[in-house]
Amino acid sequence: MFGKLTLSAIPLDQPIIMGTCIVLILGILAILALITYKRKWGWLWTEWITTVDHKRIGIMYTLLALVMLLRGFSDAIMMRSQQALASSNGHGFLPPEHYDQVFSAHGTIMIFFMAMPFVIGLMNFIVPLQIGARDVAFPVLNSVSFWLTAAGALLINLSLGIGEFARTGWLAYPPLSELPFSPGVGVDYYLWSLQISGVGTLLSGVNLVTTILKLRAPGMRLSMMPVFTWTALASNMLIVAAFPILTATFAMLLLDRYLGTHFFTNDGGGNPMMYINLIWTWGHPEVYILILPPFGVFSEVISTFSRKPLFGYRSMVVATMVITLLAFTTWLHHFFTMGSGADVNGFFGITTMVIAIPTGVKIFNWLFTMYGGRVRFTSPVLWTIGFMVTFTIGGMTGVLMAVPPADFVLHNSLFLIAHFHNVIIGGVVFGCFAGLTYWFPKAFGFRLHEGLGKAAFWCWFVGFYLAFMPLYILGFMGMTRRMNHYDDPAWLPYLLVAEAGAVLILVGILLQAAQLVWSIKKRQTLRAGADPWDGRTLEWSTSSPPPPYNFARVPQVEGLDAYWEAKQEVMAASSQPYEAIEMPKNSGLGFFVSVFAVIGGFGMIWHIWWMGILALVGFFALIVWSSWDENDEFELSATEVALFERTNPHAA
Amino acid sequence: MSSNVVSLDMPSGESGVQLPSRQHVTGFGFYLYLLSDGILFAALFAGFAVLRTATDGGPDGHVLFSARNAFIETACLLTSSFTCGIAMLACDRRNKFVALIGFLVTAVLGIVFLTLEIQEFADLIAKGDGPGRSAFLSSFFTLVSTHGLHVTCGLLWLGVLLVQFLLRGFTPAILRRFLCFSLFWHVLDVVWIGVFTFVYLVGGYL
Repeated sequence: MFGKLTLSAIPLDQPIIMGTCIVLILGILAILALITYKRKWGWLWTEWITTVDHKRIGIMYTLLALVMLLRGFSDAIMMRSQQALASSNGHGFLPPEHYDQVFSAHGTIMIFFMAMPFVIGLMNFIVPLQIGARDVAFPVLNSVSFWLTAAGALLINLSLGIGEFARTGWLAYPPLSELPFSPGVGVDYYLWSLQISGVGTLLSGVNLVTTILKLRAPGMRLSMMPVFTWTALASNMLIVAAFPILTATFAMLLLDRYLGTHFFTNDGGGNPMMYINLIWTWGHPEVYILILPPFGVFSEVISTFSRKPLFGYRSMVVATMVITLLAFTTWLHHFFTMGSGADVNGFFGITTMVIAIPTGVKIFNWLFTMYGGRVRFTSPVLWTIGFMVTFTIGGMTGVLMAVPPADFVLHNSLFLIAHFHNVIIGGVVFGCFAGLTYWFPKAFGFRLHEGLGKAAFWCWFVGFYLAFMPLYILGFMGMTRRMNHYDDPAWLPYLLVAEAGAVLILVGILLQAAQLVWSIKKRQTLRAGADPWDGRTLEWSTSSPPPPYNFARVPQVEGLDAYWEAKQEVMAASSQPYEAIEMPKNSGLGFFVSVFAVIGGFGMIWHIWWMGILALVGFFALIVWSSWDENDEFELSATEVALFERTNPHAA
Repeated sequence: MSSNVVSLDMPSGESGVQLPSRQHVTGFGFYLYLLSDGILFAALFAGFAVLRTATDGGPDGHVLFSARNAFIETACLLTSSFTCGIAMLACDRRNKFVALIGFLVTAVLGIVFLTLEIQEFADLIAKGDGPGRSAFLSSFFTLVSTHGLHVTCGLLWLGVLLVQFLLRGFTPAILRRFLCFSLFWHVLDVVWIGVFTFVYLVGGYL
């Protein structure tokens, strides 16, 4: 009846896990009680859960990312503390089987449920506004995408209290992740939650590529698109091209585990190396899926706050597209040591080094944008400058490891860990924070508190260097990754410094939380008009927050930096009459699909087959049922638009 | 080009500022999805290419595959693509009867294809050459049955669409869905040509 699920799946003997679970359950109950007390359920359902508005969905993606950042960071600081304690005779507080789950969960959650939703959230919110569109191409599908991602996030977090998580590292390499070596449900939690959220990501990629290519405002040629939209286009094209590989690879591993096939097993002719090749043909493009949109954020931020057009717009676009193409040619550098021979390793070493060239072009473009400008040192600019320094260092250590002989020495050492945190934190995370601060007033109509934002930046920035520079040295000293315990006392001082850095980053996160709370409390004094930063692109031409239809009149675009150019001319108030607008209706489809995804995923993880079948049948019925209603739009008449525009309290 | 044609082309409006029609945007988006589906199959083809010789002492493609069966399957699927095309042309002319017959023949041919495939699988499994026998058979079963799963989904989709079509006739939503379905069905054909070539012909004869 309940497959592998018994009461013993709940780790009652683990005080750390149980304590966390109790706090989480109490927290969730408190939130639910608050919603009930304030009678907000109806509001939550109509305004958020069933919304198909790209702006709200973008905000929900970002919120999910921030919550998952807390989860992923808890894992991080636990690992740092373990390594600060588990030297020589100490054994720390995490037993090996728990520690292995912690580092696997940290990587998985940070990449799939923090970085991805953060980046997708920013793109979802901003791209339609930047291209003068009223919504994305497929609003209901957008909601489905979000809710599938949320379903994956819920499943992966269920593993905390029910059963266990994978002990395989964040990419679950076989044969370790095969049934004989990982008989528990940990790997199944990993696979099902990533399959479900991966489908969501793929659909969101299809949606945004279509939006950018088909729904741009009249007159906006490709060569007039803001750079953030360009990078979003590149990132989403990579999603469409790379995520199916992930789905196929995980499907093969699932078949190995559930139906006894032999794709990656040790016996039966299986080939574990094929998994590693396949997963990295997704995995390396994934790196660029994450970093390209932040590159776009930095471009917008630096040009707005330097009050100059971006230096070298065309070279920036070309560099972005070159990176998009080259992203698919470097995957083998993740496993030079697998033994593909000198020629193959040499080829991939060179392609890896070549990709540094377009990235370098970008760094120079940002520097030259600042040169001669009147730079305002707001917190988004601080994140951007912090990024330029940090990412350059991270990039250089990457080029170092692109040299196969050097990689043979550094492979799987803490040097590698330091390198990729150097580019992911210094690039993706800083970029997301820059974008969050920059576009926050557009989303909510008020700015975030500047002082707390700057303080948070300095904690993150200094904390990052303290936490990760020692790891480079430890890598040279021979310390490998994922160690639960070590005997060499010489490593301890460096790990203590790294622990201090992690604590400093924690202070930064707390400051960000304080900034959010403080800014919401003081929102009347932090009010921002439509265009608080003197922006250049179309999102600043509409009110903050924008009306549900984004633009009462579809903008006409004649060149780059459309809004900036428009501001330079004396604008007569447009006297053109408003026109009726077709709006998508709210839809519960996404939410219900995600309910079935959670039920089905949970059933499959625990081998409760009837639950899986039930979810599948339910899913099919849901799709058929929703396809019956062909009237998925309603018309907002010209009078209603005019009334809304007249009474919009946020209008410029 | 008249405005009632169900196609992916941009409608040629009078002024250049016209936004594309919903049918055009949906078709384009669906086409992108199909490209991604093609990459999913590419990964499975790659898996088959790598594991083709990993028979673990078991039988290989030369022993197992019957080109006759695969040829009949191919004929069914290609013909069904043709009838699907006829049905789409009938949609352009708003000819309900021909459209219905065209889609029904498409569905029947799809069912024949699936029956033949399931029969082949059942025979192999009965002989002890199921997906668990060797890595080669794992990749064979996964590649071919993923295509079969797509055909199954397509048939379910077509079934629901035909019911709606009979109840409502040529509404914009139904025309849009027929367009997407026909794209889907043709792409499945393209994938099958890959399967027939690389699995049954190259794998079975060369």
